[in-house]
Amino acid sequence: MLPSVLTVAALFLAPLAMTGWISLHDWPLLGKITFAGLENYVRAADDSTFSSSFGFTTRYVIVSGVITFVLGFALALLVRGGLPGTAVLRTAYFLPVSIGWAVASFLWVWLLNSQVGAATELLRSIGAVGSEFEWFTRADRAFVVLVALTVWKSAGFAMIVFLIGMQSVLKDLYEAARVDGASWWQEIRYVMLPLIRPTLVLVSLFLVTAFYLGFDQFFILTRGGPGTETASVVYWIYNNAFVRFHLGYASALSLIFLALLIVLNGLQVRLLRKDVTQ
Amino acid sequence: MAIVRSVETAQPPVPQTRATPRRSAVTRGFLFLAAVVVAIAFVAPFVYAIVSSFKTAAESNAAPPVLVPSAISSENYRTLANFGIGIFGYVKNSVIVTGLTIVGTLVLSVLGGYGFARYQFPGKNVFFVTILATMMIPFQTIVVPLFVILSKVGLTNSLVGLSLVYITFQLPFSVFIMRNSFAAIPPAIEEAALVDGCGTLKTIVLVMAPIAIPGMVTVVLFAFLAAWNEFLAALILLTRGENFTLPIMLLSASSGPYGTVDWGLLQAAIAVAMVPAMVLFLALQRYYLEGLASGAVKL
Repeated sequence: MLPSVLTVAALFLAPLAMTGWISLHDWPLLGKITFAGLENYVRAADDSTFSSSFGFTTRYVIVSGVITFVLGFALALLVRGGLPGTAVLRTAYFLPVSIGWAVASFLWVWLLNSQVGAATELLRSIGAVGSEFEWFTRADRAFVVLVALTVWKSAGFAMIVFLIGMQSVLKDLYEAARVDGASWWQEIRYVMLPLIRPTLVLVSLFLVTAFYLGFDQFFILTRGGPGTETASVVYWIYNNAFVRFHLGYASALSLIFLALLIVLNGLQVRLLRKDVTQ
Repeated sequence: MAIVRSVETAQPPVPQTRATPRRSAVTRGFLFLAAVVVAIAFVAPFVYAIVSSFKTAAESNAAPPVLVPSAISSENYRTLANFGIGIFGYVKNSVIVTGLTIVGTLVLSVLGGYGFARYQFPGKNVFFVTILATMMIPFQTIVVPLFVILSKVGLTNSLVGLSLVYITFQLPFSVFIMRNSFAAIPPAIEEAALVDGCGTLKTIVLVMAPIAIPGMVTVVLFAFLAAWNEFLAALILLTRGENFTLPIMLLSASSGPYGTVDWGLLQAAIAVAMVPAMVLFLALQRYYLEGLASGAVKL
């Protein structure tokens, strides 16, 4: 057991402390490291790209999160039983979860390419998009793609966690509701939803955190562009650390971001808890 | 453990026969149709990608795209075989990193999980909570120091260094799973082995491990998916082409020289990168569910 504790300490807690230490320095990749005090944090406060990336990522998280949550729940209801072939359907919905974000993003880069992409061609053939249509030259279109990819990649995951929650409720309770003449909707609203509240909280916390931390899809599909309009927070941190080589500044951004995430998670838990008492 | 048992089978938990007795045949038909349409939309990209990888290079690069190939060709795969250090080189890198991650994670989490499940010692709970708390700290926020540490000790551009990073991030979840697995085994079984003259390590390996196999498979599956699919750490830590894992190789395959992309090459590369993950996942689905059901949510 000691080895696992030590490994975690060495490669986890030490880096966290080091992030703080590095963030107090002007720390280029090569060259002289100088102590800078809180300079990096002051700079972060004025960094309009950092705040705009946080705003952009927040919009992405809310839109993708709501759609993934609702679709995942709907799929869970669909495959809960009653339809033929539920096992196959469930596997189909879940398949995109098993591949990586990077591979999924490359797959979509190809499918959406304006010349050779089959998805763009399909949309063109039904007249939904024009002949010169490009997805990634405009931020609003790129946003649609990023959300669609994220929903496709994550809805099956939400579905599975919902399913596990739904089956943790005693079957007798659903039956009892039915015997009492509850409608399909009443059964979900008054029997299932209150009882699987912890699952709803879990899924929403999970989706929000995972989506806020998104990197691969932004790096591969848009490179944050056009300009920095579709840069996610992690993309911007990466860019500062490994493209501009300002490791100190990137560390400061990382810690601010971590703090924001913790606050957001806390708010979410409180909000969802409050909902329970109503 | 009770929850885990309840989802052990991949079968739907609600009896299919009387799940929706009140719904009319029309409603059910409509729902089924909707379910199938969504399923097709979800799976179509995979089918099309795999089919396309067997097009000729000319058809793969045709604009507008050729949806159904006129002939089956291995041309794209032959191009891929000679791309960069050759596809087998990249597959080898991915296999090494994934293999080291699986072995490292499994050994450490079995020992750690056993310790947490069986031994009493001062500070045990603090240690356990610390390990679990690290699950809340995302890797993305500590990439900079990891990079600095690993470059100090010469482990950047090293498959071992990358595996170490993956092992670290798999451990909290894996120790949690293994602790729960061992905690569910009655101590009497173990005592019997010890009485019969097995040493502690031997008892773990010969008596406990076989019983804890479902938990171990779960750990292996998550470690595989994490290491095989990971992109950001590999992007940062591997800068030399000969060390690239498959996801990073895709990046070079998608940015050809002079801004031209060989789409056939990319299709074949995508197929090679995604098929193993899909196959393993399909084979071991129920262990994935067990992992999720034990409360360790991980994407």
